[in-house]
Amino acid sequence: MTHSVTRLTTTPEDHRIAQMAAAAIGLALIDAAIPLPLPGIKPGLANIVTLVVLARFGWATAAWVSGLRVVAGSLLLGQFMSPGFFMSLSGSLLSLIVLAFSVRLPGRWFGPVSWSILAAFAHIGGQLLLARLWLIPHNGLFYLVPLFSAAALAFGIINGLIAAHLLDELPNGPSDALR
Amino acid sequence: MRWLALFRPGDWLLTALGLVVCAVSFHLAWQGGMAEKAVIKRGGEIFAELDLSRNRKIDVPGPLGVTTISVETRRVRVVSDPGPRQYCVRQGWLSRPGEIAICAPNQVSVQVQGGKEAYDSLSY
Repeated sequence: MTHSVTRLTTTPEDHRIAQMAAAAIGLALIDAAIPLPLPGIKPGLANIVTLVVLARFGWATAAWVSGLRVVAGSLLLGQFMSPGFFMSLSGSLLSLIVLAFSVRLPGRWFGPVSWSILAAFAHIGGQLLLARLWLIPHNGLFYLVPLFSAAALAFGIINGLIAAHLLDELPNGPSDALR
Repeated sequence: MRWLALFRPGDWLLTALGLVVCAVSFHLAWQGGMAEKAVIKRGGEIFAELDLSRNRKIDVPGPLGVTTISVETRRVRVVSDPGPRQYCVRQGWLSRPGEIAICAPNQVSVQVQGGKEAYDSLSY
């Protein structure tokens, strides 16, 4: 019997994605451990990583990191393929789409805080859409919109500020990649 | 403040925009609520429940005569009533949960109800 060794060739880009995704997954686990009154409201700390990666390495890398975080994070939390997984998937997808546009906003005026606010609102938008279409097909769901949007604004600003601070503190790599 | 220095001008703009979105959603979701049906009572008993998404007219017979109630574009009103003072007719359209029109002489009332009850009743 012969040993066959499958060798994966990895690029520095792959390593970077893996490192960043690991950081994001760690933050997602911390996120899940924080008790909050309403299901669906979370600080979304992992998005700080997405924002930093977006600013440093561009949208494609950020999309990889975010996708890996959603899948691997849900595996670790035992939520893979559960409604919670699809909720975070739809939220992440929509916020990635919005981020693709928001990084193109003029950098003189709009920074990571803006991206974060927009992404947070897109995130609850995606989740509400999926929840309304699939999980809770009733308009009563929209009674919670005020709470969700207040949380999105608050956590969006906080995460954006942390990301902006990190980007200031770590001035390495191709800064302002997409500008 | 060091954190404030991280805000760029547009960030303030988006923060303000976010606050507006919050305020508007608070207003839409919790002030008005969502009206879903009109409950018509006669002599204290439920006579009919009308879905507000369907336009229709209904005649409710009471001790004095017939009270006509109509649903139109998610609102409901008493079109005509045999009562002497016509309070319920003059109340006009009811569209928010909790609003009620009572035609006391003819023992007919119509109340708008939503998914959740914000308050027991609303009168002017």
